[in-house]
Amino acid sequence: MTNLTWSAGEERFRAEARGWLEEHLATWRRRHGLGTGADAQVPSGDTREGFALHLEWERMLFEARWAALSWPEAYGGRAGSLWEWLIFEEEYYRAGAPPRVTQNGIFLLAPSVFEFGTPEQQQRILPRMAAAEDLWCQGWSEPNAGSDLAALTSRATKVDGGWLLNGQKTWTTRGAFCTHLFGLFRSDPGSERHKGLTYLLVPLDGDGVTVRGFGRLDGDEGFAEVFFTDAFVPDDAVLGKVDQGWSVAMATTGSERGLTLRSPGRFLATADRLVDLYRRCAHDGPASAAMRDRVIEGWMRAEAYQLFTLGTVTALTEGGAVGAESSINKIWWSELDVALHEAAVDLLGSAAVVDAAWTKAQQFALAGPIYAGTNEIQRNIAAERVLGLPRR
Amino acid sequence: MRFAFTEDQLGFRDAVRSMLDKECPAEVVRAAWPDDGTGAGARAEPAAVAAVWARLADIGVLGVAVPEAAGGLGLAELDWVLLAEEAGYAAVPHPFVETVAVAAPLLASAGAPTGGGRSLAGIVGGTVRIAAALTPGHDGRAVPYAARADGVLVHARSTGAVHLLGPDEAGVHSVRTVDGAIDAADLTDRRCHDGNVVTAAPALVDQAFDRGALGAAAQLLGLARHMLDLTVGYVVERRQFGVPVGSFQAVKHHLADALVHLELARPAVHRAAYSAAVGSPNRARDVSMAKAMASDAARLVGAKALQCHGAIGYTVEYDLHLYLKRAWALAATWGTAAWHRDRVGRAMGI
Repeated sequence: MTNLTWSAGEERFRAEARGWLEEHLATWRRRHGLGTGADAQVPSGDTREGFALHLEWERMLFEARWAALSWPEAYGGRAGSLWEWLIFEEEYYRAGAPPRVTQNGIFLLAPSVFEFGTPEQQQRILPRMAAAEDLWCQGWSEPNAGSDLAALTSRATKVDGGWLLNGQKTWTTRGAFCTHLFGLFRSDPGSERHKGLTYLLVPLDGDGVTVRGFGRLDGDEGFAEVFFTDAFVPDDAVLGKVDQGWSVAMATTGSERGLTLRSPGRFLATADRLVDLYRRCAHDGPASAAMRDRVIEGWMRAEAYQLFTLGTVTALTEGGAVGAESSINKIWWSELDVALHEAAVDLLGSAAVVDAAWTKAQQFALAGPIYAGTNEIQRNIAAERVLGLPRR
Repeated sequence: MRFAFTEDQLGFRDAVRSMLDKECPAEVVRAAWPDDGTGAGARAEPAAVAAVWARLADIGVLGVAVPEAAGGLGLAELDWVLLAEEAGYAAVPHPFVETVAVAAPLLASAGAPTGGGRSLAGIVGGTVRIAAALTPGHDGRAVPYAARADGVLVHARSTGAVHLLGPDEAGVHSVRTVDGAIDAADLTDRRCHDGNVVTAAPALVDQAFDRGALGAAAQLLGLARHMLDLTVGYVVERRQFGVPVGSFQAVKHHLADALVHLELARPAVHRAAYSAAVGSPNRARDVSMAKAMASDAARLVGAKALQCHGAIGYTVEYDLHLYLKRAWALAATWGTAAWHRDRVGRAMGI
């Protein structure tokens, strides 16, 4: 039967999450003089000063076992269900808690470590990741390998006891602040395209690794390029099998696009804030009627994403898997996010020239159709693998 | 929390799907069109068209929302929403939503006016078809299926009560429509009186409209899926520049957009069925969200389907137009997308 209500246990979980978030967000903000509620001025986690503040917040999350709540307790989680994860995310963004600077480790790398890692790797990597002691960035894109990831040329050369890395990664989110990178390197020098790649886990403080941060569209130093010059990593830095990195990486993109990168809670919260903004703005004339229609449309699209996700989680809970349909998901939430923020910017009118919360967030939303596989690539995947149109 | 249908619900859907696949292919939808373009009402209904309705009666679909005590299956919105989607997929040229989703359960709970032979038993048995003009503020113009229906549900202008009028009481006057299979008529009269009142209870009046809008939304999902299926089939076969046109990225991206909008409208419609079935206080809001999203999705899918077919889609000889025009008709009736967004906004308090 369809049942769109939460169980008593899930409601208790929600109440616990809501109470904890309210109390600890207030504590954290007060400690750093960040203001309260809607007036809170929290520096971006993608700046040097902001990153340290956010790390402190991440460690508070970890202490209370919220940081990676779906993980087994042995690794710092609380063995929560996917439903509980969804509920926590709703409460997290409703409370106005900051974007997770540990995102790319916990939500992109960890699923692959659970699937492909050895017990030793899981023990070594996961608890420190949950505790925000090791901070992971994703090393996939290169100057000449973006959408065409299989064109990557950074290489790993086998030496005694490990690998020597050479090449360059770029557009690496929070690369300037992270401690480790997970990436793909060409390990078979004679290989082409998807073959002969190895998934490697690389500390960024080693010899032969140089990181240079640079400004994203919003000016924050949220991007980095990472240069490798005979950087050594040991054999146990390989995740999965040597030369089989593509399939490991694709497992990560599945979780990324499918579910865990962007929960509905984030967009529900943005839509609610957009509705609040609309209420506070002046309403007269035809422009207002058009804005009202856009606000309602945005709210409905966020709600639809929530419903779509409830269907996905039901299917996963009953033994299904997220496949190429995850491309549908990614196209929807990324374009939804742009629409919500564009509506907000239009409501702000001339105030939209000010570099403030909405305009900052709008610039971040514009990245959504680009990162995690551009929406053009997603449309190809949806057309070829869901609809069955011929590849060329 | 569980957002999925039961095996029984899916099984019933599959049975209706395979029946309609056989009994209501495009040729039958086409047969429901007037061949002289002067309006359908003047002509006898082709046997194959009438047979679709009879088959729906045979397998119990027409009484799906009628209590078992009254000869129906006693099922709720969550059970029939998938059937409405299939009726949409097949573009069944009959007042499916009006009769099955609106009139039958309304008459079952309010009691049918006697007279004119417009009985609940007749509906369940397939001998009575009902049209409806229940969108708030409906002016009585171009009511789908009213030209051939045995009765029309309308609001009395003064009281808002719902009445079931015979064709003579409604003053039906056949009109020519874009979708030639819907046998629409203007209501030039609305002789509402105590003898033909169904209900004046606002809760039942509102519920009847919401069921109609939900059924229309579900049909729109089915139509969108059909248009997407037709188009995928076509672009895989059609070759230009030596390759299937479906291998071109421009075509893929059109159809990926169509798929995305269809797949995200679907859970909105299913949630609305749930809200209606459990009597949620959010029923009106959720139905409006469903109808708005399904209307927009079906129109977008239709536009993409037409474009990706090229010139062959822009003909009346090819089947696409049968489904495209039905989608337009359903998007325009039971409240447009903009009307429903407004209703969602009012529910949100803006």
